[in-house]
Amino acid sequence: MSEQTVRSGGMTREDVTFSRLVRLAMSADEAAPEQVNLARRHLVQRAAFGLLWLSGIAAVAVLLAVVGYVVVQGAKVLNWEFLSSPPAGGLAASDVGGMSTTIVSTIYLVFWVIVIAGPLGVLAAIYLVEYAEEMEGGTGLIPALVSVVRFAVEILAGVPSIIFGLFGYALFVSAVALGWSFGLRSAAVTGACLVLPVIIRASEEAIRAVPRSYREASLALGATKWQTAWKVVLPAAAPGIITGIVLSVGRVVSETAVFFVTFGGTVRAPDSLFDLSSPGRSMALHVYYLAMETRAFDKAMGTGAVLILTIILINLVINVVSRRLTSKLKGR
Amino acid sequence: MEFDDVKLETKSYNMYYGDFQALRDVDVQIPRNAITAIIGPSGCGKSTFLRTFNRMNDMISGTRVEGEVTIDGNDVFGMDPVELRYCVGMVFQRPNPFPKSIFDNVAYGPRSHGTRDRAELAEIVERSLREAVLWDEVKDDLNKSGLALSGGQQQRLCIARALAVEPDVILMDEPASALDPIATLKIEELIQQLKKDYTIIIVTHNMQQAARASDYTAFFMMAEDRAGYLVEHGPTDQIFTNPQQETTERYITGRFG
Repeated sequence: MSEQTVRSGGMTREDVTFSRLVRLAMSADEAAPEQVNLARRHLVQRAAFGLLWLSGIAAVAVLLAVVGYVVVQGAKVLNWEFLSSPPAGGLAASDVGGMSTTIVSTIYLVFWVIVIAGPLGVLAAIYLVEYAEEMEGGTGLIPALVSVVRFAVEILAGVPSIIFGLFGYALFVSAVALGWSFGLRSAAVTGACLVLPVIIRASEEAIRAVPRSYREASLALGATKWQTAWKVVLPAAAPGIITGIVLSVGRVVSETAVFFVTFGGTVRAPDSLFDLSSPGRSMALHVYYLAMETRAFDKAMGTGAVLILTIILINLVINVVSRRLTSKLKGR
Repeated sequence: MEFDDVKLETKSYNMYYGDFQALRDVDVQIPRNAITAIIGPSGCGKSTFLRTFNRMNDMISGTRVEGEVTIDGNDVFGMDPVELRYCVGMVFQRPNPFPKSIFDNVAYGPRSHGTRDRAELAEIVERSLREAVLWDEVKDDLNKSGLALSGGQQQRLCIARALAVEPDVILMDEPASALDPIATLKIEELIQQLKKDYTIIIVTHNMQQAARASDYTAFFMMAEDRAGYLVEHGPTDQIFTNPQQETTERYITGRFG
């Protein structure tokens, strides 16, 4: 790889060796300084590329080791029965039970989180970019409020998820405030709070990347600002927005802390998508319970493998969808 | 220069970006159903002046205007900008079709104004594309993305899109500067055809273009403080063959500082 890079730079290894020979052939006081310099620069370049190559390999190796280990270990228990039978609670989990209800619970959870946070996040991003941006730097209540919102979004994106969990527990689960108890509703609303900053920021970036010329063209045709935002800016930003939303699906699938303190953790799944008050257990939570509270470590690996494959699938979906959309927009 | 049939007019028009004055004391009359070219060096406020008539300068925060700008005698600054833009269309320097189908590009304006009827929209799209001399090239793939067209076709699509709203005035901001010479000529021919129904103002850097394609020419220059002002305005022939001001002569003959 490093050799190829050197070659693409217009110099082959032979050239480098040749220049070194030339340099050696000359006595020290005769050697042209630029030639000495050139040989050294090529040497440094090769060393640098070698280092970059090693770092790349190391990073990929670590990733492959983790994913590979979990998938290989998990494959031992993975079969249709494991996927389609419900888990057993407690110590019995090591002998009987699969993970079916955790798959169902995860799907319900993802659905509600995205239904709540998706539209809210995208609309907030439209507001922040299309409406609020021109007010920023101004004086008065609204510009001040806008700066606060923007600051809050940035802070929220960096808050540890367990803090969101505690907030959700205090506000939604416990009887002190709303008293919804552990369940799909508490978990979904808390999860929505968790991914809201992710969606807002991804959508903001995507909306901001829409060329100004589209907005000008739309306004010059007598469209209102809202029509411009809704009919021109939003469709053009769609690939980026969808990427943000699918990323937050991944975030929900892999999150444990938030749902540990809001979802309840029973091995039963809610009866339906609309069985909002029933508790449940997502796949990631199931891994935690299996590993910490039972002796079914192999099943934890199995569930982990499904989890990882799900995340990989989600990322593939992002790539395909956003590439399709982008090329459709570009007219290719 | 004064006209009998005035479409647009500015009187003692001053325009500021914050503290910076972009235009000073501009008095111009734009005649109906004619092509008025605006020429002048970079930074003399040509585009800013053009964007006055559809109030696109409003998009930039910190802008301020003084004086009077009228369309058919009505105060432009007193109108709702959205309504104003129904009658004053614009074509931009770089072709900027939406990432939508050709049909949806042209139908965008009428749809925004509330036309929903499919047949009516189809009629508007066909008429506008014919007017922009693009119909024959695209009639079979109206569902293709506007971005799949060539640069010159994209610009004619943008013209069709502006025409679909049925404006009275079309503002063109260097509409051919991003196009090759052949596409440029097509646009110029098109502009000539459009003038019987529309009042056209075209900003251009290209003096041959102004000489070829316009009936009247207004020459802008900037003062010491970089504020733009009108130097001379008259029939294009006169501006290019017998300018009244020395500044104009020096500019059009290329002997400029």
